[in-house]
Amino acid sequence: MSEYLLEMKNITKTFPGVKALDNVNLNVRAGTVHALMGENGAGKSTLMKCLFGIYNPDGGEIFLDGKKANIHSARQAMDQGIAMVHQELHPIRFRSVMENVYLGRFPGHMGVVDHKAMYDKTKALFDDLELDVDPLALAGEQSAAILQMMEIARAVDMKAKIIILDEPTSSLSDREVEHLFKIINRLRAQGVAFIYISHKMKEILEISDEVTIMRDGQYVGTWPVTDKATGEKLTIDFIIKQMVGREMTNQFPPREGKPSDDVVLKVEHVCSPLKKSFQDVSFELHKQEILGIGGLVGAQRTEFVEALFGLRGIASGQIYLNGAKYTNKNPGFAKSKGLALLTEERRATGIFGILPILENTVIANQKHYANLGILNEKKMRVEADRECKKLNVKTPSLETLIQNLSGGNQQKVLIARWLLTNSDILILDEPTRGIDVGAKYEIYNIMLEQISLGRSIIMISSEMPELMGMSDRIMVMCEGRVTGFLNKGEYTQEKIMALATQFAGRKENTAA
Amino acid sequence: MAENNVSKTKKLFTVCGLVVLALGIILYFAKAPMGLNRKIYDLPIFLIIIGLGFACKGFMMKPGAKELELSKKSFGEFLTNNAILLAMLVLVIVICILQPRFMQIRVALDILTQSSTKLIMALGICFTLLIAGTDLSAGRMVGLASVVSASMLQTATYANRFFPDLPQVQLWMPILIAIVACMIFGALNGFLVAKYDMHPFIATLAVQVIIYGACSLYFDMPPNNSQPIGGIRPDFAQLGQMRLFAGIYQGFPGISILIPIALVICVIIWFVLNKTVFGKNVYAIGGNREAAVVAGINVFRNIMGIFILASCLYGIAGVLEAARTAGATNNYGNGYELDAIAACVVGGVSLSGGIGKVGGIVMGVLIFTIIQYGLQFINVSPMWQQVIKGVIIAVAVAIDLTKYRRK
Repeated sequence: MSEYLLEMKNITKTFPGVKALDNVNLNVRAGTVHALMGENGAGKSTLMKCLFGIYNPDGGEIFLDGKKANIHSARQAMDQGIAMVHQELHPIRFRSVMENVYLGRFPGHMGVVDHKAMYDKTKALFDDLELDVDPLALAGEQSAAILQMMEIARAVDMKAKIIILDEPTSSLSDREVEHLFKIINRLRAQGVAFIYISHKMKEILEISDEVTIMRDGQYVGTWPVTDKATGEKLTIDFIIKQMVGREMTNQFPPREGKPSDDVVLKVEHVCSPLKKSFQDVSFELHKQEILGIGGLVGAQRTEFVEALFGLRGIASGQIYLNGAKYTNKNPGFAKSKGLALLTEERRATGIFGILPILENTVIANQKHYANLGILNEKKMRVEADRECKKLNVKTPSLETLIQNLSGGNQQKVLIARWLLTNSDILILDEPTRGIDVGAKYEIYNIMLEQISLGRSIIMISSEMPELMGMSDRIMVMCEGRVTGFLNKGEYTQEKIMALATQFAGRKENTAA
Repeated sequence: MAENNVSKTKKLFTVCGLVVLALGIILYFAKAPMGLNRKIYDLPIFLIIIGLGFACKGFMMKPGAKELELSKKSFGEFLTNNAILLAMLVLVIVICILQPRFMQIRVALDILTQSSTKLIMALGICFTLLIAGTDLSAGRMVGLASVVSASMLQTATYANRFFPDLPQVQLWMPILIAIVACMIFGALNGFLVAKYDMHPFIATLAVQVIIYGACSLYFDMPPNNSQPIGGIRPDFAQLGQMRLFAGIYQGFPGISILIPIALVICVIIWFVLNKTVFGKNVYAIGGNREAAVVAGINVFRNIMGIFILASCLYGIAGVLEAARTAGATNNYGNGYELDAIAACVVGGVSLSGGIGKVGGIVMGVLIFTIIQYGLQFINVSPMWQQVIKGVIIAVAVAIDLTKYRRK
């Protein structure tokens, strides 16, 4: 019997343009909750995908119970007692809950599924986890919390020795978190080890036994949450310091000047045609202001800005741009009115991966370079080159395919794209998601520069420090509704979280 | 309250069913004395069947089943969800009025017979649609199976035998060879899709061309030299032409053997899709491939299985085609895959994968055959029939997409 249930040694993984993991170690004891922490893009998820067999690491070794393990597929990982609850749950929407629980291991004989056994087993599992869900209900109709418990039920049923929880509480209410912790505690007492990935400091300190911190794909260190010798607890400040690797104070460039009093965008009682989406959103955006939008996953922030940009419909409400009435016809119209949208999913809706940087930069502004539909190559090149240089895009040439750049540089190209269109209002949806610390700082600088040129910014961010460090004002949303505004100087994580979870009780009622 | 509603729905179904049933029985005995024989033909029998169906549905309705809500909204939903079916009903009624001869058992049996091979094809192709794929090689596989089976099942005395020296083999042997030949190409489809992650459109397009070429080479072998294959053995032809219960009463044309064959295959496929691990995996891979991979489902093996099973069904359809027509050429089955895909789609199979039921596919196939048969019956030009068929496909898919549009 080895001291550790799981040992990951010198794990290295490289993606084109990015060294995602660089000699990372992780040692987990049986019967403990091991927190894995780090900023977005620190490589936590990548490390877990290596453990779960979704990625094959380029170097390093994994030991289970002291024996070298070969894990090349999810199946092998599960056979060796590893289960993973993914951050973004993708159930098979049109199938029942019980089928999702037993996916890949349906009970039965000779390939014929025993529905009764599957139903009974699921029911027993759910009863055990104090979950009141009909095993026959469609998975697509369940809340995130239930889908999460469904995944945990699955792990329990597989008799997993190690359960990976990737941001398990990102869309749960307080009571649901409590329920989750109760289950974790019970399984921990039975000897199950958890690897717990989360950004929420308080949760980590409450539930975990040990903390491993990563930064920019590298291993920083492992600490017990409570020091056995002195009985001292880890502090949040200490963890943050290890995560960012420098003092919090100079994470953001200094903001000079103030927003003016001119209102550039006024939104009044805007409602989505879908009941579950944003409802009754009203606010004003001032010239030269950075308005941050905070909230949890599912707060409908992205849906709202997409509606503003004409990607989604609006059922009722008014929008005024510089005092004139604006209708969100379509993105082309929004663009012509000076709006720009940097989308959240860079790979899916931002870059054209297989096109060079040049095309990626000018794509939103092609009309400007065209004469009777024929593009003026030279003009495009000059302007793309100018913007990319200004934003410090690190690339050998404009002909390089954008997919070969790092995330931060891709993001800079996308910003350059919207700066070329001379947009006055930049809507940035998670502008620094998944990019390294240095590039984040550069993007913050770009934002401030645009403000100084008289532009305005709406920024959605799920990273508290960024939201508090960059915004002139924060609007918080919860389940599609605006729950409050905070002015600079009043920000605290607690206040924002309180607003962001305001309707948590209501959600539970519907779930129960 | 809910209890009350359920029993209300149950009552509604039962009462309506019994009323229709009674009407049918009355008409059945009244039509001869009233001289309606040449006006309503077999309508009473149809009414009796429909009435029985409804009444049974009412009787079997479990307490706690979803109750039928009678409101403007549910009515509107009902209209959109069943638009094609309702359009078909209207058409059938119009045809019945224009041409009362349409109301005959003979016509209904004809329609079922014509649907049989199409249904077998559609049930095969639905597996490939369920994983968000497609299969363009289906039609050519029908051709292959028909040529291969027919070539070995000719009468000994026929002058232009494909294999002049071939002894009279057991009936099942050439059939098995034909189906296995299809399954080999099905395996090739699956291999290309699963191993190289090729889009099924391209993979099956390539295989389609290969099959046609291979089939034509076989067909062109001396001494046949691309002559249509004829002189089919009567025992083989029986497999497609036999009529059960013919003449059980005067004028009864008999039930084509193709109908029970299709029915059996239907039940098997329903079982596979709903009761087996393989079936569940098909839905899972189509519904969310990533989740299936993460759940440890062997996607490679399942995709191989899907294409092999599908090609087995095309093979059966091909053999039945050869038997039914008592002949074969390499052009048999050309374009069948598009009809089969269209029928699946009209029957509610989603092209983006993961959604589809056997019942829906049966409906889809029947709708197409009924509309085609009905239009022929009232002498609508074949060109107009094409136009109408196309409109049906477009409308059906448009309705389907609004139904499943992400909320």
